[in-house]
Amino acid sequence: MIAWYFKRAIEDILANRFLNAVTIATISLAILIVGFGVLFVENTGDVLAAWKRGARIMAYLKPNATAGAVPRLKWAIQSIDGVATARFIPRDQALAHLRAQMRRQASLFDHLAENPLPDAFEIRLLPTDEGWERIERIAARIGAFADVDDVEYGQQWVATFRSIVDLLRLAGIVTAGLFLLATVAIVANTIRLVIYSRQQEVEIMRLVGASEGFIKAPFYIEGLIQGFAGAVIGLGILFAVFSLLAAGAEQSAVVGLFEIRFLSAEMIAAIVATSMIVGWLGCYVSLSQSLRS
Amino acid sequence: MTDRDADNPIIRLVHVHHTYGRLTALADLTFDVAKNEWVFISGPSGAGKTTLLKLLYFGTRASAGEVIVDGIPLAHLRRNGVPRLRRKCGVIFQDYKLIPGRTVFENVALVLEAAGCERRLISKKVRAVLRMVGMEGHADALPPRLSGGEQQRAAVARAIVGDPKIILADEPTGSLDEESARAVLDLLQTAHIRGATVIIATHDKGMIRSIGGRVLYLNQGRIYAAGHVERHYDRMVL
Ligand SMILES: Nc1ncnc2c1ncn2[C@@H]1O[C@H](COP(=O)(O)OP(=O)(O)OP(=O)(O)O)[C@@H](O)[C@H]1O
Ligand SMILES: [Mg+2]
Repeated sequence: MIAWYFKRAIEDILANRFLNAVTIATISLAILIVGFGVLFVENTGDVLAAWKRGARIMAYLKPNATAGAVPRLKWAIQSIDGVATARFIPRDQALAHLRAQMRRQASLFDHLAENPLPDAFEIRLLPTDEGWERIERIAARIGAFADVDDVEYGQQWVATFRSIVDLLRLAGIVTAGLFLLATVAIVANTIRLVIYSRQQEVEIMRLVGASEGFIKAPFYIEGLIQGFAGAVIGLGILFAVFSLLAAGAEQSAVVGLFEIRFLSAEMIAAIVATSMIVGWLGCYVSLSQSLRS
Repeated sequence: MTDRDADNPIIRLVHVHHTYGRLTALADLTFDVAKNEWVFISGPSGAGKTTLLKLLYFGTRASAGEVIVDGIPLAHLRRNGVPRLRRKCGVIFQDYKLIPGRTVFENVALVLEAAGCERRLISKKVRAVLRMVGMEGHADALPPRLSGGEQQRAAVARAIVGDPKIILADEPTGSLDEESARAVLDLLQTAHIRGATVIIATHDKGMIRSIGGRVLYLNQGRIYAAGHVERHYDRMVL
């Protein structure tokens, strides 16, 4: 029976070649755009994750903190969930480091009566997939210790970067949603035209006792095939473009920090499935409008 | 016909009316058709013959009154019950209603496909029935390329291929020469012998007289006369 429905659907597609070609091309275009968005999000996600892996929090101690407080604080910080290591950096060591870094202006430091730098802890976090909120949470807990004066974790630029990425993501999701919706409408329209050309046939099928399911199944399969074909073509083009761009990027070696990857197999499957759902929905919309008996 | 069959008709109409807008096509029809009966519906053009058959296969819902087909009261029939009713009825439509874009074979096979028959069986049955109506040579032809008579024979093949309980034939020999008409009637009679209830709408008085049996004579939507040809020859206005 399924084979029969498939035969009918393929016959329909072949009989309405032009209409179907246009629909499939439209779906491909939508998938291409959505795919670009997903590709962007997945790869920027990688950048953020790479940054998060190396995430570092500096905790500066109050000047009046006693030497005895340091081991206790170290232990307290390390027992916070998500913290990998806490390394104590005495203020002298920090100054020496600074001096070494600014060798040319070392004379600047000669006139210092006393070391202006505070003692500090350098805290590294365990790598996780969790978001920015985790770092903020941990930083806040460290900042709450009595002996800690201030914490620093590069909030500003990461927050900016993150909000830009978030904005792009949101824009991407909204555009993808709109594109998919538009695609549903376009598929609905094709199927409507096909149904229109089959109105008489559908009526006769009803008269000889065909059930609604029997009549509609080939149309649904047609929608699924359109969705599938559109996804395959769209992703194919996306992959071709990606390969070209990636080859160029590798030569320029700008992106040595992380590798750019194509969509994961799961994501490809999800996109194909989404596209087929779009085809199915398009069919559903047009059938519920134009196949009333 | 046993008493039980008479008590348990396959078709029952009780005070059935049907109107198209302001036009009354059928008025106050009440009659039964027993299982395996052979009935002619006769009457002049516009009398309501086609409309009556239409009510039986639920092509339209009766405006008023009760129509019961094989135990199904059609007044309360829901949409999803319609296909089951229609599979009980093999209909030969006055205008054939063949799908123009499908071959004769496909048109006939459709009935069995819709009923969920197995593929191999479908092919076998369709070929057999096309041979019976003398259309085996036109199996792959599209209906618009066929003569009226050939289309009618394809329509007959489609109506009988599923071995329906009830055969509703609307002028089944209207476009046929005497010989083909005879062949089609033979097929209907074979189906009748095999247990089908047959209702034929026709104004072909010759056919009615030659076959005989029960006749309902409609005029302007009313039963003008009813009875058996043999007994009520005069009243039949034949
Ligand atoms: N779909 C329709 N809409 C409006 N009026 C209709 C419709 N179908 C039939 N009629 C009218 O109902 C009346 C009965 O028509 P019907 O087709 O049942 O007659 P008939 O006995 O089959 O005639 P014929 O012998 O010419 O086939 C006619 O007056 C016809 O004009
Ligand atoms: Mg008629």
